[in-house]
Amino acid sequence: MADLLLETRNLTKRFGGLLAVSNLDFHVERGSIASLIGPNGAGKTTVFNVITGIYRPDEGSVWFDGRDISGMKPHAVAALGIGRTFQTLRLFGTLSCLENVMASRHSRSRAGVIASILGTPGQRREERDIQAEAERRLRQVGLWEQRHATARSLSYGEQRLLEIARALALDPKLLVLDEPAAGLNPQETEELVGLIRSVRDEGITVLLIEHDMDLVMEVSDRITVLDNGRKIGEGTPEEVQNNPRVIEAYLGRDEDDDDGAA
Amino acid sequence: MNRPLARWIVYALLAAVLIAFPHIASRYWTDVAVFFGIYVILGLSLNLILGEVGLFNMGHAAFFAIGAYTTAILSTQYGVPLVWLFPLSGIVAALFAYLVTRPIIHLRGDYLLIVTIGLNEIVRIALVNNPWGLTGGPNGLLVLDRFTVFGWSARTPQDFYYLVWGFVVLVVIALVRLQNSRIGRAWNYVREDEIAASAMGIDVRWAKSLAFTLGAGLAGAAGTLYAAKIRIISPDSFTFSESVTLFSIVVLGGLGSIPGVIVAAGALMVLPEIFRDFLEYRMLVFGAAMIVMMIFRPQGLWPSRRWVRELEAETGPGPGDGPPRPASSPAKAAGGDA
Repeated sequence: MADLLLETRNLTKRFGGLLAVSNLDFHVERGSIASLIGPNGAGKTTVFNVITGIYRPDEGSVWFDGRDISGMKPHAVAALGIGRTFQTLRLFGTLSCLENVMASRHSRSRAGVIASILGTPGQRREERDIQAEAERRLRQVGLWEQRHATARSLSYGEQRLLEIARALALDPKLLVLDEPAAGLNPQETEELVGLIRSVRDEGITVLLIEHDMDLVMEVSDRITVLDNGRKIGEGTPEEVQNNPRVIEAYLGRDEDDDDGAA
Repeated sequence: MNRPLARWIVYALLAAVLIAFPHIASRYWTDVAVFFGIYVILGLSLNLILGEVGLFNMGHAAFFAIGAYTTAILSTQYGVPLVWLFPLSGIVAALFAYLVTRPIIHLRGDYLLIVTIGLNEIVRIALVNNPWGLTGGPNGLLVLDRFTVFGWSARTPQDFYYLVWGFVVLVVIALVRLQNSRIGRAWNYVREDEIAASAMGIDVRWAKSLAFTLGAGLAGAAGTLYAAKIRIISPDSFTFSESVTLFSIVVLGGLGSIPGVIVAAGALMVLPEIFRDFLEYRMLVFGAAMIVMMIFRPQGLWPSRRWVRELEAETGPGPGDGPPRPASSPAKAAGGDA
C-alpha cells in the first residue's frame, strides 16, 4: 500500500437539504501532486474546507499523516501541517506582504506576552527567524521586492503568489491550493507550474483544485473527479481523460467551453 | 542614519516636557494632566481590544469600575495598601473579563457591541444595588488610604502626576513591544480576516480572549490610580457614556495607533478644560467635531502606520482619490490587470 498523507473515508457534508459531498473516499500520496476536479458546484471547495477544519464533516472522517483530524479547529489543522490558499483571495489587505507571510510562523513560534514585552534574547531570536523565513518564502515566489508594499496594492496574479508564499511559510506537509491559476495570464500560469513542481521537489505534497485543464493534466500525478458531491472517477491524467463517465459528466456538457477558457 | 537620531531627540524633548510640566504649570493644570494620563491608560487599554483586534467593546467602563471598586473595597474594608491593590485590581478586572467574555467572544461587530453595552449596565446597576453592603450603593465608597511606595506617598497633584505619567511611559513601552511581536501581529491578522488567520494557524479565540483580558487588566489597574486620586468612587463614574467616551478616544485617535490614542485622550480631556466658558456648547462642538472627523479623516488624528502605508499605496500608482475606504481587493486587482 502506498504511503498516504491524506485520506478521506466516507466523507459526507450537508448544507440543510443540500448534499454537498457524499460518501467521498479519496486519498493523496505523500510526495505527489494530486488534483481534485469537477464542474462548478461539484463540492470541491467544500471538501477543502472540511479537510482544513473550516467545516465539520457530517459523516465520515479525514485522516492526515496517520491521525484522525475530522472536526479539528482550522488553527490546529494548520499547526499539524496543512497550508492552504483560498479561491477568493483572503489576504490581510492593509498589512505588508512580509507581515502577511509572517502570519504562518505564528504556530511555529512560542514567545508569550511577558517575553514579548521584555524583549528577551530568545524572543528577539525568534522574531529574527520569523522574518528570515518569511523573506525566504517571498523570494521563492518572486515577491521579495514588494515585501513592504501592502498586500492589496499588488496585482491580482501577485496576490495569488503571496497567498502561496503565506501557506508555504507554515512549513506544511501538505499544500492545498484552491484554484491557484484563476485570473492568471498564460505566462503567470507557466510560472505557477514551475513553482508547484519546485514545492513538490522540496518534499511538500500538493493538492489542488483547478479549472485550467491544461495545468491539471500537465502537473498532476493523480486526479480525482467529483460531480454533485460524488466521486465519479480517479487515476492518472490519461486514465481520467479516457474515463467515459468523466467525459459524460464533465466534458460532454455545457461546461465544456468554460473549462477551456478558464 | 539621521532618522534614529531625530527620533531620539524627539523622545528626549518629550521626556523633558513631561518631567518639567508640573513645575511650570499650576496645580489646576497639573490635576488636569493627571486625569489626562489616566484616560491615556484607559484609551490604550481599549485600543488593545478595539484597535488591535477590532472587537467592538462599548462597555469598557465596566472593567475600569471593577478595578476602582476592588481598590476601594479592599482598601477600606481590609486595609490592603494601594500599592498592592494596583496589580491586584488589574488581575481581578482581567479575570472578570476573561470569564464574562468567554461565552460572547465569538460574536461579531454589532452583536458584540450590544452585549458589551449590556455588560456595562449590569455592572453599574449591581454597584448601585449595593450587594452584601460592599459597594455603598449610589453614594459609593470613600478611599482614605494614600498611595505609598517605599515610604514615598502621593499627596499633591504633582505626586500624582509623576505616579500616573510614570505608569503611562511604562505602558506605552510595553504596548509598542507587544504591537511588534507575534502576539500583536496575531491580533491584527484576526482583525483583518478571521478565517485566513485561523487557516494560517492562529487560534482566533485565544487571540481575542487575550486582548480582552489584557485590556481589561490595564483598565482595572487604571481604576486604582483613579480611586487613589479622586478618593470618592461612585457608580456615576462608570456609566455607558464613559464607555462611549473611551470608544471615541480610540476611534478619533486612529484604530491601533498608540500616539493617536494619546492625542485623542488629550483632545477629549484637555480641550473641554480650555473651553470651560462655553460649557453649554462644548458637547455640541465636540459632537460636530466628531462628525467632521469621521467624514474627512476617518483614519483618525494620528493614524497607525498601517493607514499611512495604505495612503502611500493609494496615492502611489494612480491619482489619489479622497479618503481611503476599506475597499475590497477586486477593485485594486482590476486596476492591476489593466
